[in-house]
Amino acid sequence: MKKLNKSTQKLITTLAVIVVLYIVMSIMDGTGNLSSLMSGLLVPVCAYSLVAVGLNLCVGYLGELSLGHAGFMCVGAFTSAFFSKLFQDSIPDVPRFILALVIGTLMAALFGFLIAIPVLRLSGDYLAIVTLAFGEIIKNVINVLYVGVDSNGLHFSIKDQMSLGMEPTGKMLVNGAQGITGTPRQSTFTIAVLLLIIALIVTHNFVNSRTGRAVKAIRDNQIAAETVGLPVTKYKLVAFTISAAIAGVGGVLYAHNINSLTATTNNFGYNMSIMILVYVVLGGIGNFSGSVIAAVVLTMLPEMLRGLSTYRMLIYSIVLIVLMLFNWAPAILKWREEHGITTAAIVGKFKKTKEVR
Amino acid sequence: MGFLTYLVNGLSLGSVYALIALGYTMVYGIAKMLNFAHGDVIMIGAYVVFMCMSNSGMPAVVSIVISIVCCTALGMIIEKIAYKPLRKATNLAVLITAIGVSYFLQNMALMIFGSNPVSFTSVINWEGLSFADGALKITGNAIVTIITCVVIMIVLMWFVKNTKPGQAMRAVSEDKDAAVLMGINVNATISLTFAIGSGLAAIAGALLCSSYPSLTPYTGSMPGIKAFTAAVFGGIGSIPGALVGGLLLGIIEILARAYISSQLADAIVFAVLIIVLLVKPTGILGKQIKEKV
Repeated sequence: MKKLNKSTQKLITTLAVIVVLYIVMSIMDGTGNLSSLMSGLLVPVCAYSLVAVGLNLCVGYLGELSLGHAGFMCVGAFTSAFFSKLFQDSIPDVPRFILALVIGTLMAALFGFLIAIPVLRLSGDYLAIVTLAFGEIIKNVINVLYVGVDSNGLHFSIKDQMSLGMEPTGKMLVNGAQGITGTPRQSTFTIAVLLLIIALIVTHNFVNSRTGRAVKAIRDNQIAAETVGLPVTKYKLVAFTISAAIAGVGGVLYAHNINSLTATTNNFGYNMSIMILVYVVLGGIGNFSGSVIAAVVLTMLPEMLRGLSTYRMLIYSIVLIVLMLFNWAPAILKWREEHGITTAAIVGKFKKTKEVR
Repeated sequence: MGFLTYLVNGLSLGSVYALIALGYTMVYGIAKMLNFAHGDVIMIGAYVVFMCMSNSGMPAVVSIVISIVCCTALGMIIEKIAYKPLRKATNLAVLITAIGVSYFLQNMALMIFGSNPVSFTSVINWEGLSFADGALKITGNAIVTIITCVVIMIVLMWFVKNTKPGQAMRAVSEDKDAAVLMGINVNATISLTFAIGSGLAAIAGALLCSSYPSLTPYTGSMPGIKAFTAAVFGGIGSIPGALVGGLLLGIIEILARAYISSQLADAIVFAVLIIVLLVKPTGILGKQIKEKV
């Protein structure tokens, strides 16, 4: 038998843990040992994990910070929910959900691609702020969008429900700030876990593929990568688009788990992007399994420790600052080396990129 | 006349953006980092003014001075604790830390002041001017805001151009290593930049909340991001650029709010940012920075 390399072994371990957790959770849920709060969190946890994996691909391997992944999640959520709602009566459940999933993912990928074309010409802080702007634009546009359907077809408006001019028998699909209500709740825990596993395998294969190695080379030293003839823009585009698509999958799951889908700051805005970023940083930049662990722990923990929830955001922010200082500040790194607290001892695997000045 | 009123309101809002953008642009020019927490320093500044005026009954000028002192100190502390250790680390690390600081300030304010909006009493007690039999009204807030902004801009440009610390700032922004060789204290210069930026944020906070009196812990984040947009628009690192970018952005926002859609105004402002970065990433008055190997 061929010996598996280290990262593949790690992936298999992670997948095994996820499967075991899935079985345990399913049994607990089935026998009624899980509080309704916890069982309600099962699908969102997977959705957040997916977005975190997507963002980690962008932050850890592309080396660019995106603050717009909540926006891609939002695109995936709304396009898929829109599709499901539109064909609620005309397509049977299973193929409809699969199609919704495909559409949500593709739309998120498309938006990722479109936004990446201008954005990836920039880098660093500019990229972060433009992705943030993109997320806000998406959120704002969805909040003023009214779409209805009647026998004449689709009606669009950005003013209000009345200006759609629909027949009385028409059905509202997207109702402005109230969003989409009555999306069929089809994201089960099984589907969510399955998608998460697929995403982990895809990202693992991607970062170890030829393209993935090229992306890493670009992250470590763009000028050197250009010098050896790598088409930098192309590889960046590919990585960013995949990253957005994975966030879109998370959005689809999220949308099909709740009854009324709205775009607010907390679920698809800046706050969500930051929360996902916390998962990525805490789990370890460039470590996909870490992102999943962080997402699971940080979502479940405040719910279990009721008292903590008030301080949750405050703790998140402190964790973010302390972790960044601990892992990146040159002085602290030196101190850690002297005292034997090296990177290997910590769950997160950080790869320090040396910047060319 | 409606258009003129919007224009004046736009100029007034733009002046506030310009003041905030100054903080971004100076820090960016010198420390080469995006101080994400800048918008939240504004919010803290506004809360300090609010506490002094409404809770302790101090006069407006005294409150603003206290707020400037607090924000200056806050800015320097943030720089010392969160940004200074990371000065030689990658941009990504600094950026994430800055986001963490921003988030920390917001949640700190949320714990101290609560999430309910407080209504901010205007620091300006002046009805304003009225032209053409009241058809065109210019509020005192707008006039004071615009004048304050222009005066600060002129003083700052003079400061950077003619004083020793100002020259040190320009030198550091040009080349940090060369500045050290010339005997400039880079750390002190960066601290000074943060101090000035944060002090201006306090003034901006008071002026912003005088025009838009609802103050919450999240008040600062949106204007902060928009002001960064303004700084990029005008050309990051350039002080007159911050003024031009801020004013243009303020006018665009108010006109979009009035003539297109109030809910889409933010989206339009951000679309402007993306277009600017696409067409001219260096901004209106920015200089082309060559990438060095």
